[in-house]
Amino acid sequence: MNAAARPAPGNAADADAAAATETSHGLLTADGLDFRYGALPVFTEVSLSIRRREIVALLGGSGCGKSTLLRVLAGLESPSAGQVRFLDQPLERPHPRSALIFQHASLLPWLRVEANAAFGLDFRHQPAIAAGVRQSRVREALAAVGLAGREHAWPAELSGGQAQRVALARALAREPELLFADEPFSALDAITRAEMQNLLVDVVHRWHAAVLLVTHDIDEAILVADRILLMGGRPGGILAEWTVDVPRPREDHPGAVTALRLEILAALRDTFTQATAGVD
Amino acid sequence: MPPRLRFLLPLGGLAAALALWWLGAALLARSIPIASHFAPLGALRALAGLLGEALLWEHVAVSLKRVAVGLAFAIAIGVPLGVLTGISALFAQATGPLFQFLRMVSPLSWMPIAVMVLGIGDAPVYFLLAFAAVWPILLNTAAGVAQLDRNWLLLAKSLSATRFETITRVILPGITAHILTGVRLAIGIIWIILVPAEMLGVDAGLGYFILDTRDRLAYAELMAAVVLVGALGFLLDHAARWLHRRWLHGR
Repeated sequence: MNAAARPAPGNAADADAAAATETSHGLLTADGLDFRYGALPVFTEVSLSIRRREIVALLGGSGCGKSTLLRVLAGLESPSAGQVRFLDQPLERPHPRSALIFQHASLLPWLRVEANAAFGLDFRHQPAIAAGVRQSRVREALAAVGLAGREHAWPAELSGGQAQRVALARALAREPELLFADEPFSALDAITRAEMQNLLVDVVHRWHAAVLLVTHDIDEAILVADRILLMGGRPGGILAEWTVDVPRPREDHPGAVTALRLEILAALRDTFTQATAGVD
Repeated sequence: MPPRLRFLLPLGGLAAALALWWLGAALLARSIPIASHFAPLGALRALAGLLGEALLWEHVAVSLKRVAVGLAFAIAIGVPLGVLTGISALFAQATGPLFQFLRMVSPLSWMPIAVMVLGIGDAPVYFLLAFAAVWPILLNTAAGVAQLDRNWLLLAKSLSATRFETITRVILPGITAHILTGVRLAIGIIWIILVPAEMLGVDAGLGYFILDTRDRLAYAELMAAVVLVGALGFLLDHAARWLHRRWLHGR
């Protein structure tokens, strides 16, 4: 089953070497990131890079620090040590060419769908664009997520899946180079979630955007990502990495998907065994 | 409750009050003959007469203008202070006991000082009304900020919103319902404070008019003015409630 994966040992030296070779053409690179809440280390020595148009899943259990890592990589929090570079610039606050979606759609209830999708485009730290361009971008993004004709609806009239589509359109309207997605579909039912996963892959390909998808769902990571980073340990770190070489749509290659799934589960078991051995 | 009853009960309550008013005035008139001037029939007749006079409407207009100006000052001061209290724990800590203290001082206590500092005329009335009305606006605004959806603030942060953009585009629209609740309470307080505040150092307005009827011994007109003050306050409160509901439904 060579279709599936190249497991990479997660030791720091290898990660550093990978980061070094990718710095020149990486969209986002992170070097030796540490993050602490007071004295409590959340993650330590995290280095990674994301290439243009690449979909990277950051997979880990609850409380492993993956959401905090996303917030640091997105510029919402400053690392305790280390550096994040985006488009070859040190990152100090969220970059205009990046966008975020969260588990909560966070639509503003006093704005109609169209105004929600356009929200933030006219902020001072965003590149100035003409009102006409802004509107065509927003319409295009709403059409891409299947909400053409719903521009004038209020958020209260939308289902959870539709609200998340508006949040996705709001991100796309910014024409991001990199989309940060923090468990964006975990509050949705299984059927809507599957639809949204396919939609996400479809639109980021059309928008030529890269994605960092934080998820605790192994299947979601395998179905969506080009590359999977497994996060775990205490304090957290990147434990393993797989490249997903399964052609899309991945649902059509159950053998390859299952093989990769078992590999990831085996890696999870190993880290669990190591962790408990460490306690003993 | 059947809809007809819902309509009839309030009318019944008003009719009962009218009967008690009539009875009270009649009983009182036995020992104090002048009390007969306070009876409902005379008062309503005087009210009908007054409503046809331009002078009364001038007093009403002056009073409503004072309400509007006092409310505008209260909003202009209460909303920014409320937002500041809501977003800055330091400011909230520093001002908490002070605000609770000032809130509990009857605004009319400031009347002598207000007249001394601001002189005779509209200015001390504006001050008293604004001072009375600022608290519900300030406290409701601060409560609104405290209850704001944290995800909206995270969204603003992810869009690199400036502090000003966060306040004007997320916080203020997000707490409009709370501000409107504060404004509705403020209108009620202003209306109650208005009449006594207009009894000193001004020569127009409903409070002045009540003292004027007393000086002219026009007791039927005095009672008419009391009824009018109640009716206008009732209408003001309903207008404020209607605006509040309209906003909530608009969302």
